[in-house]
Amino acid sequence: MSVKPRIKLDKNQAKAGEIVEVKALVSHIMETGLRRDANNNLVPRDILAKFVCTVNGKVVFSADFEPAIAANPYIQFKFKATESGPVVLTWTGDKDVKIVGEDKITVG
Amino acid sequence: MDWTIDRRRALAIGAASAATAALGGLPALAQGGNDHKELIAKFTGGKTAAPGLVKLDLPEIAENGNTVPMVLTVDSPMTAASHVSDVLVVADGNPRGGIATFHFTPAGGVAEASTRIRLGATQNVIAVAKLSDGSFHMASRQVKVTIGGCGG
Repeated sequence: MSVKPRIKLDKNQAKAGEIVEVKALVSHIMETGLRRDANNNLVPRDILAKFVCTVNGKVVFSADFEPAIAANPYIQFKFKATESGPVVLTWTGDKDVKIVGEDKITVG
Repeated sequence: MDWTIDRRRALAIGAASAATAALGGLPALAQGGNDHKELIAKFTGGKTAAPGLVKLDLPEIAENGNTVPMVLTVDSPMTAASHVSDVLVVADGNPRGGIATFHFTPAGGVAEASTRIRLGATQNVIAVAKLSDGSFHMASRQVKVTIGGCGG
């Protein structure tokens, strides 16, 4: 999979303790596993089930998604800037899909 | 007699598969019939969730159930001593109850998350938050859906 997520931090430079907002959008079908194709066969589930965000290696936010999350999942959350480092967003899902996106934050 | 039973059975099977195919298109069938209560019970371990602290922002009327914006906020200081750890979001009228589970950490600073969800019909969306002191809080919002969004 060569999917590239779109990630936007409201600021890349923050003072210690400041709240940073992260918005991320990734292109994915999020097939529910409940739909039937033209031959009335169930279309197998294919979703991104797990999302994790780490800042400088520490998990700040994570989420488990069910098929009730809309296609091309969008996620927005916030974290408190305490140290500089990479902001890594990872989606994992069915069919061994792993999508990784990265940005960075500088505190000071 | 055998013929009658067979015919009834055949009709029942026909109706059931039609319902499965239509999914979100049948609100009357879907309403309250999914596993959302079990999911909440499993999440809280049988404890009752008190109203308050949790805020769910959803449109009152969603024109398209395929993508409904949802904002979840939990009023919490988010310190190591007092924070929200997990929030379960379920819907009572989708084919399956679960929507998402958010895991917050004190490093997050603010317990706020937003995403876009699928709603198959007009129904209630329920959020249950687990606090670090072991208590549970919840919020519920009804969304009127004009076009279902679960594979219909």
